[in-house]
Amino acid sequence: MSTLATSRRPAAGLGNTLMLVLNSATVIGMAALMWGALVYARSASNLIGDEQIAQRIFYLHMGCNFGALAGYLVSLTGSIAYLFTRNLSWDRVTQASIEVGTICGLGTIVTGIFWAKPTWNTYWTWDPRLTTATITVLLYVAYLLFRNGIDSRHARARFGNIYAVFAFLSLPLTFYSARWFRSIHPVVFSADNPDGQGGSFASAIGPSMGQTVGIATIAFSLLFTTLMIYRWRQLGIEDRVAELREEVE
Amino acid sequence: MSLSASTPQPIRTPAADGGSVRMRTGGGAAAYWRKVWAVAAKDLRSELRAKESFSTMVAFGLLAVLVFGMAFDLRVPEAGMVAPGVLWVVILFTGVVGLNRSFGAETDRGSLAALLLAPVDRSAIYFGKVIAHLTFMLLTEAIILPVVLVIFDINLLQPWIIAGVVLGTIGYVAVGTLFAALSSSSRARESMLPILLLPVMVPIFTAGVGLTANVLDGRVLADFQRWLWLMVGYDLVFIVIAYLLFDLIWEEV
Repeated sequence: MSTLATSRRPAAGLGNTLMLVLNSATVIGMAALMWGALVYARSASNLIGDEQIAQRIFYLHMGCNFGALAGYLVSLTGSIAYLFTRNLSWDRVTQASIEVGTICGLGTIVTGIFWAKPTWNTYWTWDPRLTTATITVLLYVAYLLFRNGIDSRHARARFGNIYAVFAFLSLPLTFYSARWFRSIHPVVFSADNPDGQGGSFASAIGPSMGQTVGIATIAFSLLFTTLMIYRWRQLGIEDRVAELREEVE
Repeated sequence: MSLSASTPQPIRTPAADGGSVRMRTGGGAAAYWRKVWAVAAKDLRSELRAKESFSTMVAFGLLAVLVFGMAFDLRVPEAGMVAPGVLWVVILFTGVVGLNRSFGAETDRGSLAALLLAPVDRSAIYFGKVIAHLTFMLLTEAIILPVVLVIFDINLLQPWIIAGVVLGTIGYVAVGTLFAALSSSSRARESMLPILLLPVMVPIFTAGVGLTANVLDGRVLADFQRWLWLMVGYDLVFIVIAYLLFDLIWEEV
């Protein structure tokens, strides 16, 4: 039970100041992203009409995707660290990062759906990135459902982390299998892209667009970190409450 | 659950003379595989007597093929278009029916604790369960493939399709057995397993459908061998990971 007690009281003074700074930075970052995506970035010169307007969703789309990626990478770290150390704090890292990552993953899919209709003239297609993104969200929703069904705290942590390792490792295989199946999604960050978006990425899209992509990355990093830390702390408090309740009973 | 309370200390157990005995994990590969076979033989024997899981799998598989046959009868001009998908969906769902029994039956009869008490490495239990379930699955598939031939008039009994089915089933059972062990301790056991298993099975499913479709289209091996390699890679990765992680499932806290 000593593992539960370690994170019982976050250092109040310094921790709260840091969180205040992080909160403010996140709010400013997200506001800057909205301004950048809607006002500052120039319109895509190779598109017209609805497609040109819809292209602005890219900044949110990519930002969400970045958050999801960060979430799932952190969750793998949390899983491996938990399985080696058996420290419940790492299990809370896994859970918090998967929850935040799944919200970002859903955001990626929803923004993608809105963007795909004007651009590809379809809401949905079985492109490898779409397939992988959806399967990823499903995998981690399964993880969250599975955890809820296990009563013992330590068994929940162990089983959840074992499943999270399997889930993460299946993703590259899912991606390649779907890629061999079919693909229409442009490869944005790649050397050989004939559609005018690729090549040297920064020079092809123009400075204001590149800067907005930068703002999106920073804003979503901040958003992810803030949500992740709050959720992680909250889970620690939940565990502490459960532990105290056991002591009382 | 009550399971964890009755689980023994995994490594050392006090012997009658007051000393302690090592769990019999040594003895070389031959001894290890004898233990694996003992677990597998136990499952196969109890299946032979009770006919509980295999008969359910076959019945479910046949029903699923028939239901798909009826569903696609009116609107699909050529059965070859849907046959690969039908085959692999049926395999995935049939496997879940059997896997739920793999550890579910042990939990229901209360024999799981006895199985875990056996003085063998936990991985031997895992491989024994894998071999037993793999046998059920392959036998079920041996029945399903001819039934697809009858219902859809598509001959799936071709060497590379059968190779794909065997490779895919190995990966499926390797992951499925571990997930069955995980979900047997969850509250919503039977409904949890497919939710856990199906998303992880997407590579096998995609490779299986791709392979089957390519073979039916009459392609040459060079066109579809990557699907076979993908399945081989999947099998190897997940057998190793399952071997490493299976030890951690039942463990006193």
